[in-house]
Parts: sequence; structure tokens; C-alpha cells
Amino acid sequence: MNFDFSEDQKMLKEQVSKFLSDNCSLDVARDILESDKTYSEEVWRGLVDLGLTGTAIPEEYGGLGLGALELCVVAEELGRAAAPVPFSSSVYLGTEAIVKYGTDSQKEKWLPKLAVGELISTFALPETNSEPTEKNIKTTFSNGKINGRKIPVADGSCSDIAIVVVKNTDNDHIALTIVDLTSEYVKRNQISTLDPSRDHAEIIFENSDAELMDTGDEGWGAIENILNSAAVLMAFEQIGGAEASLNMAKDYALDRYAFGRQIGSYQAIKHKLADMYVKIELARSNSYYGAMMLNDGGADLKIAAAASRVAATDAYNFAAQESIQTHGGIGFTWEADTQFFYRRSQVLGLALGSSITWKNKLVNQLEEKNIS
Amino acid sequence: MDFNDTKEEADFREEVKTWLKENASKGEKVGGRYDAIDVQEDALSRARDWQAKKAEAGYAAITWPEEFGGLGGTAIQSVIYSQEEAKYNVPTGFFEIGLGMCIPTMMAWATKEQNERFVKPALYGEEVWCQLFSEPSAGSDVAGVRTKAEKDGDDWIINGQKVWTSGAHFSDFGIIVVRTDPNVAKHKGLSFFFLDMKSEGIEVKPIRQLSGGANFNEVFFTDVRVPDSQRLGDVGQGWKVALTTLMNERLAIGVPKSADYSSLTRAAKEVDLNDQPAIKNDLVRSKIADWYIQAEGLKYTKMRTLTALSKGETPGPESSIGKIVSAPKMQDLASFAMDLQGAAGIINDSEIALLHSIFQSQWLSAAGYRIAGGTDEILRNIVAERVLGLPQDVRVDKAVPFNELPSGR
Repeated sequence: MNFDFSEDQKMLKEQVSKFLSDNCSLDVARDILESDKTYSEEVWRGLVDLGLTGTAIPEEYGGLGLGALELCVVAEELGRAAAPVPFSSSVYLGTEAIVKYGTDSQKEKWLPKLAVGELISTFALPETNSEPTEKNIKTTFSNGKINGRKIPVADGSCSDIAIVVVKNTDNDHIALTIVDLTSEYVKRNQISTLDPSRDHAEIIFENSDAELMDTGDEGWGAIENILNSAAVLMAFEQIGGAEASLNMAKDYALDRYAFGRQIGSYQAIKHKLADMYVKIELARSNSYYGAMMLNDGGADLKIAAAASRVAATDAYNFAAQESIQTHGGIGFTWEADTQFFYRRSQVLGLALGSSITWKNKLVNQLEEKNIS
Repeated sequence: MDFNDTKEEADFREEVKTWLKENASKGEKVGGRYDAIDVQEDALSRARDWQAKKAEAGYAAITWPEEFGGLGGTAIQSVIYSQEEAKYNVPTGFFEIGLGMCIPTMMAWATKEQNERFVKPALYGEEVWCQLFSEPSAGSDVAGVRTKAEKDGDDWIINGQKVWTSGAHFSDFGIIVVRTDPNVAKHKGLSFFFLDMKSEGIEVKPIRQLSGGANFNEVFFTDVRVPDSQRLGDVGQGWKVALTTLMNERLAIGVPKSADYSSLTRAAKEVDLNDQPAIKNDLVRSKIADWYIQAEGLKYTKMRTLTALSKGETPGPESSIGKIVSAPKMQDLASFAMDLQGAAGIINDSEIALLHSIFQSQWLSAAGYRIAGGTDEILRNIVAERVLGLPQDVRVDKAVPFNELPSGR
């Protein structure tokens, strides 16, 4: 029985944790929140210098050639710090999409630059207020050009390239394309979201040059595949954030006195924090299995990814909101740091699609496996 | 990451498999549950035979030191044995409380001679033990026991009542915590004994539960005489001894296998909601997913615990979440499954009701599992205090003599 991360992976986690606690306090997130900056270039540069942007990129393309498990431990620490960097967009989504579906020449062209952080990438999927599906994608690809509008695109203003989900009008299939976002045929507008410590944009493509990727016959399945990998990685980021929320609430409950005693001695508070702990551990255990399936390319990845995501979203949303409740009035102020986790929990919880959508995917898998 | 055995574990598993194949029957499930009041003598006798076989082979107490008849093995070996044994229909369930809680307390506190007398017969299933802690006025607050013991020469005379005692009706011995000094604060006036359950003055009566079953007893003590030599720990040190037992309780108490997301999925395929199978309904799907992540979350939490054991480490505190999640899940899931059936959800006749009324009977018994072995509320306190390090609640009874404490019914 070896259902745990290896000593090397735990050391990597320590290393990332140390870097972030030295260089990415919540003041860094506050700086992004309160300024026009789209991300912390210093923290991003530090992560690049540690080689983390190339963690899962094969060595032949300039990466470290490590696996999904290493990315999971990095993700957890980024979540704990609520780091204001485009890591999830560029690494779990953009880079992973190219590793999975790039042609050889696309891999040679893009991966080395992504590995060393010379470029930032993102993944552009949603277009409307409805959840994206195979049927409602309206952005089109034809003759090497794309047309359409994507909103919201995480890290859309600060990314250099995007993996854009399109409908290929030649065959009416869903396809993936790589688009240079710095082109004059791409219009980008930064948009206001719940979490201004992370950049989001509306992107309009008007006859923009696009490289078609190689998704074979997978069609929408390729999108699901990319989302499943990202769901596991993001679950670890959510767990990190949830634990940070719990710890913040716990510290406050020990420091704060009311009616002559620490508020942490009241069962109303104790039970609330115990519930946070329980949800976090359920999410962690589900996500360990997700990580194992992702790393092994296991047959259970679809259901494990959905379970990781549903559990982690539930844990983070609950922990972030109840942390504010534990803090009382101070937790609702602009000066308090509780807000970073409250904001980030929703942004991560919706980034890859809602809980309703992922619960449906989970039960689809149960039906497919005919469990009962 | 993997779920595979190490080389040593695989070797041990093979050894166990071979032994079980030669010694255990795969036949019809025999024997009864330890907690069934109407336990048949022959079921107990079959369980004793199996226990003796196990003990002879060293598998009855794998982690115990060899001097006590154990194998001196590891916790993971114990788990491996249980996993393999579970594939057979062997009678179990009579000796868990004795071997899991009572005898470890004896080992820690009894004299060498007493352990020589009692450990082996318990291990071989010749003598069954029960634990006499809870009382009508002392449930979650178990240190509030009122059953008293008064010194009479070299003996103590016990009077009072214990409750929720599993297996008392077929037990030979019991461990008991009693009040020996009501004039000092609650925790300070307790003492701990072991006693012969066949002693004069002990009366055992079954308790009928709301689910209709009778899985526990109440035990009445009227002038029961116990020699002072059967006291464990000093007079007034009873709470400290009781903590040894309670530490082991956390390992022994769980929730039985119950109808889970898979049964709910099956039910949702069989019943219609708005003229289509309920499984098509998004609310239903959402609920199934919620219970799936709970069930799978517990399953993989267990894998994490086993991994720690496998590496010879102490499992992390995550192992404490089990019953907080599983007991309410039992109740909520059953309740939702009945809701799916509309008015028919109330039918508790296994001939008529959906899936042989598993949800109805589960719902009735689940109310008890949220209480037994630590209520939901106490377990949350434990997580908050021991895992998260939050302070204890203010104890108004701490510095007050026990006999001056206010009491209700």
C-alpha cells in the first residue's frame, strides 16, 4: 500500500512552499487586487526559475519531464498562497493541451518557450452565460483563421497564446487551435470579475491566424480530456486554499475573545471548523485517487477527476465562506485577508465548469460503469 | 502511488491465505452478531471454536506481544489478516470488545498474575468480556457515572445501573468504572474494576431500540461484591484507567456496511419522477454525486491510513473523520431514497417496498449510529480539540464536588 506522495515529491512541495512563503505573502495578492497589474511578475519569474512551468513538459522540449504528481504538490502550495499568477491557465491547461494534442512541430515551437516561461498560455473555452457544450461553441475555424468571442478567459490579458476551442466548419467537428494573442486581429478587453487578483479577459477573434491541433477523431472528447486533467490539478490548488482558510479561521478563533473566553472554545465555532476539516480531508482523499489516475493514465480518470473537483470545490467554497463567518465583522473588511480565499474559491470553483456540470459527469460515469 | 502490497506484506498475505484456505469454511454464514440479544448458544460455541483456531495460529491478536499470545506483528499485518478473513464466512463478533478494549486495559493495569489468568482464555474465546461504562445519566459525559462502590473490608460493594452494554448477556467478565468518592470533583472520585459477570446481584436486561431490534443491555448492580484485588489503578485513578479503554474504543467502533450511492443509483433507475426515471433528474444526480464523494472520500482516507501503517508510521488525524461522515450519510441517504418513492416511501414491508425496504430499515437504525460510540457532536469536539487544537469548552463541573453538581433527570 503506497497511497501517498513520494519523499521527492514532498521535498518539492516543501521547496515550493518555502519559496511562496518567502516571496508570495497575501500582500502580493493585495498588490494585484488593488492595482492594474494582471499578475505578479516577480512570483511568476521565481516559479519559472524553479523550473516549475516545465514540470510536466518532456525533457526533449526543455521541461523537467516529471509527472502529474509533481504538478499536484505545486498546485496545492499555489492555492495555499492564493498566488496571483497565471500558473493554472498556462501550465494545467495551455501547456497540457499542447503536450496532449500539439503536433510535433507545434510542440517544438511552443513547449520550450512555455517551459522557460518566455511565453504564457491559456485555454479559451466559454462563450456565453451558458456552460459550454459540444453544441453551443460558436467560434469557428476555417482556412487557418478563427472568428468568434470567448469570455471569460482566465489570464486572457497577460497570456501570449491561447488554446482556443472552435468549431471546424470544414467538418463541423469541435477542434483545438493555437492562437497568437498578440496579433492585431485579436482584441482583448480585461473584464471585472469576483477576483481581481487574477486576470480575466474577453477575447474577440476577427480572422485571427490559428494553428489547428491534432485531436484526431476525439472532437469534444479532447476538451473533456483536457478538463479532466486540469480538474485534478486544480483540486489540489483548491485544497491548498481551503486549508489556508481553515488555518486562518483557527488562528482567529484562538486569538479572539468574546463573553470572557476564546471564541474557539464555543461549540458553534468548533463544529464549524471541524466540518471544514472533514470536507478538506474528503477532498484530499478523492484527489489523491484523481492524482493516481492522472499519473497512471488510469481507466477511472473520468470519474476520479469529477469526484476530485466536486469535493474540492465544496471544501474550498465552504472553508472560505465560513472563515469569514468565524472572523465576524473584521473578516468582511477590505483590509482583512479572508477576501482573497473567498474570491479565489469561486473563481477556481467555476473555472472549469460548475459543480452541477461536474456532478452530472460523475453520475454519467456511474451509469456507464453500471454501478448498482 | 499504488495500492500494492510490499514484498513483506505480500508474503504475509500469502501465508494468511494458505492458512485460511486450510482452516476456514466458505460455507453458509454461521454464528451471530455479538450485539444480537437473541444470540444462540451454538453460534457462540462455533465462534469460540474459530477463535481458538485463530489464537493457536497466532492470528487472533497479531499486534500483541508474544508474551500475551500475540504474533508481535504490525498493524498492517492485522489489517491484511482481516481483509482476507472477510472473504470467508467465519463467525466473528463476540470477542471484539473484550480483545479490542477490555484486555488491552488489563494488560496496561492488571498484575502479572491476573494477566496470566485472564488474557489467554479471552484470546482463545473461552471467556467473553464486556465494557460497563455508560449510564442513564452518563452518556457523552461518561465521567459523570453514579454507580457507586463502597469499601467493605477487603471488598467493594457496587450499587447502580449501567446501560448500552453490548454482549453483557453472554459475557463472563466485565470492566467497570464506578464512583468511589462523591465528595470530590467528577473526574477525581472514580475507580476502575474488573468483575465476574456471574456475580450475585448482577441483573442483565435487553433494551429494545426504536428500530425494533434489541442489540444492547442494561445491567443492574445490587450489592455486588468485588474484591479489592480486582481494582485497576489506584482508588480515585479510575478516569485515567478509563482513558486507556476509550483510546482503544476509537479503533473498535465503526458503522456497518450500509446502502450507499450504488443502492441509491439503483433505486433512482427503478422509480419514476415526473414520468421519467428519477436518475434523469438533476437534483437526484446531484445528491448521488454528493454521497459518492463522501463514500469514496472515506474509502481513500482509509487507504491513506493503511499507507501510514504500511510504512510503520502513525496514521494522521484524518482517520478520525470516518463516523462523522458515515453515520449522517446513512440517515440522509436513506431519507432521500424514501423521498424518491413518494407516499410509498413509508412502507417498511420488505416484500412490498423498493429494494426490500433497505432504505426504511437503514433510516430507522441510522438514528442510533449517530449516537453510538460518540455522538456526531462529541466527535466534532474531538476533531476540533485534538486535531485543530481548539480549547476545551468551559467546564462548570471542574472544581465542584460531584455530589454538589446540579442534575436533571
